[in-house]
Amino acid sequence: MPAIFTPKVITANALLEGDVVYLTQDDTWSRHLADADVLTDEADAQIRLIDASARTSEVVGVYLADVSADAKGPKPTHFREAFRMRGPSNYPHGKQSEAL
Amino acid sequence: MYRYTDFDAAFVAERNSQFRAQVERRIDGNLTEDEFKPLRLMNGLYLQLHAYMLRVAIPYGTLNSAQMRQLAYIAERWDKGYGHFTTRQNIQFNWPTLRDVPDMLDALAEVQMHAIQTSGNTIRNVTADHFAGAAADEIADPRPVAELIRQWSTDHPEFQFLPRKFKIAVTGSPNDRAVTKAHDIGLRMVRNDVGEPGFEVIVGGGLGRTPMIGKVVRDFLPEADLLPYLEAVVSVWNLLGRRDNKYKSRIKITVHEHGIDDIRARVEERFALLRPAFTGVDQQLFAQIKADFAPPAFKDRDTGPFDLAYANDPVFRSWADTNLSAHRAPGHAIGQISLKAHGATPGDATADQMRVMADLAERYGHDELRISHEQNVVLPHVHMADLPAIHAALKAAGLATANIGKISDIIACPGMDYCALATARSIPIAQEIATRFDQLKLEHEVGDLKIKISGCINACGHHHVGHIGILGLDRAGVENYQITLGGDHTETAAIGQRTGPGFSADEIVPAIERIVDTYLSERDSAEETFIDTFRRVGMTPFKTALYGESDKKQKAA
Ligand code: HEM
Ligand code: SF4
Repeated sequence: MPAIFTPKVITANALLEGDVVYLTQDDTWSRHLADADVLTDEADAQIRLIDASARTSEVVGVYLADVSADAKGPKPTHFREAFRMRGPSNYPHGKQSEAL
Repeated sequence: MYRYTDFDAAFVAERNSQFRAQVERRIDGNLTEDEFKPLRLMNGLYLQLHAYMLRVAIPYGTLNSAQMRQLAYIAERWDKGYGHFTTRQNIQFNWPTLRDVPDMLDALAEVQMHAIQTSGNTIRNVTADHFAGAAADEIADPRPVAELIRQWSTDHPEFQFLPRKFKIAVTGSPNDRAVTKAHDIGLRMVRNDVGEPGFEVIVGGGLGRTPMIGKVVRDFLPEADLLPYLEAVVSVWNLLGRRDNKYKSRIKITVHEHGIDDIRARVEERFALLRPAFTGVDQQLFAQIKADFAPPAFKDRDTGPFDLAYANDPVFRSWADTNLSAHRAPGHAIGQISLKAHGATPGDATADQMRVMADLAERYGHDELRISHEQNVVLPHVHMADLPAIHAALKAAGLATANIGKISDIIACPGMDYCALATARSIPIAQEIATRFDQLKLEHEVGDLKIKISGCINACGHHHVGHIGILGLDRAGVENYQITLGGDHTETAAIGQRTGPGFSADEIVPAIERIVDTYLSERDSAEETFIDTFRRVGMTPFKTALYGESDKKQKAA
């Protein structure tokens, strides 16, 4: 039986600032997970990943990250993605400090 | 201290302008990330979880007040107002943007600093005893040796594409404060039977996923043979080292696979070939470098102000008892400035704090500062009479924590708060342990105890050689912390032993508390330190305290 495909988002670090970005539905990069396009079809996810990975003048280190998705939008399922979304826990730096 | 020659300055300027052009080409789209990554790593620039990180070398941990002030300036101008001092005598800036990095590197060059060979498969920043040139127990200052090695290895054509990174540490004292046995090569300055200076050469130490204590490959190497011998070791490994497997590429694995005797024979053979090519130019250079490290003129003064403060001010007394070490000049002391205020991030200093430390060094400390591998700052040469004033200034800047070598003086790697390789966080664990033992007011009762924490198996936080080591792992998507006991980072180096199953983030601080309680009840007197007690009583009582009796009984049944 093929493994069930869990929902994913495409994420990377921005080339210039180095901060975390997510791919949106219209193929722009957003700083916020809430804006990310949630991919539920494996074939679609792979194609979007290949295309996004080719955008090397915008981002670095593109990959698919697991999320859980409900009506309120995507949420990280792994703590690493939760930190990437927020910033470090020892200072209020990074995304957690930026006004939404 | 060592000053750049015109050659050094031109070399760094050239490297910086090359890198500036490379950054521009990357931003223009003329370099891909695959092309750019090795170039940025060669210049100390990493991409971490939330941002770029610039790692700056502080060769042999020595810097002057102007350099410290420039680090403060860089922290304020291009970062978030602080810097992180690391176990490898580097400083890391956690928030630069790509465009700003060339300017940061130029600002560093203004004060003769750079980020070269802080990364990549080269001979890395050579580390040395942070008490070099000051310690009462020292045979000779190891920094000229470290500087000689730096000059020989920087941009050495044969050593730019080694199988893996290569780390060298030097100590000039029998009491090893440079963790020489956990480096690819460790050098201990010694004297032979007739009093001639030389080195005991230790090879194949390392931490990471396969921790190894280094082995003695040569028990006495005459001083003049150092560079050809090092070159022989590195080239034997360069040939044998496993390039097929990153996890087997370090020299510790080569030594392990071939055996120390085989490696020794190969090194001696290679050394015999290389030795004649070193005609003594290196020794002339060494003599010049040594002159640059001539000790400052120590004045003999009355220590009255120290004695008075020591007798009357308990806060000062506690700091003096904990943070001072014996200096070789009469009336002087080595003062350690703790970057481990209870609850703060180990190794971090704000720009303001950097300036305070720079001012103190300039005013009272012969303009010298050191960074220790334990992530603290050292005033290596201070007169005891000045210590009350120094302490008062430190106190005002939040830098007077009296905890050097104690349970809250924790080494912690950046872990998952910053590092892209991490499997768990380490900083918050350090913060919680320090806060907890401060609340319990147990710190001074417990005495000397080294806790070291890494956020993954790479062991940047030296957990293998901590008296208590903590390794953060990812167990099925949850942070989990494994404990080791009995590690030792000194001349009696040892790798800690695992206690058993790990603990969750919530359980780890209570677990450490149970270990400490066990030590307090097992020790035969207040003089017996944690590590001595562990060596005497072994793992069993600690295991029982952590996991209870049931576990053992079940197994026995
Ligand atoms: C971007 C952050 C970092 C990365 C990517 C990184 C990467 C690594 C890797 C991959 C290893 C394992 C090497 C091996 O076993 O072959 C390692 C070891 C080590 N790193 Fe880091 N590290 C980082 C930060 C640090 C920091 C902040 C320090 C100092 C506090 C540090 C000091 C060390 C030390 C002491 C070791 C173990 C000694 C050895 O090389 O065997 N690293 N690091
Ligand atoms: S030990 Fe792991 S988590 Fe910590 S700094 Fe090194 S690579 Fe990162």
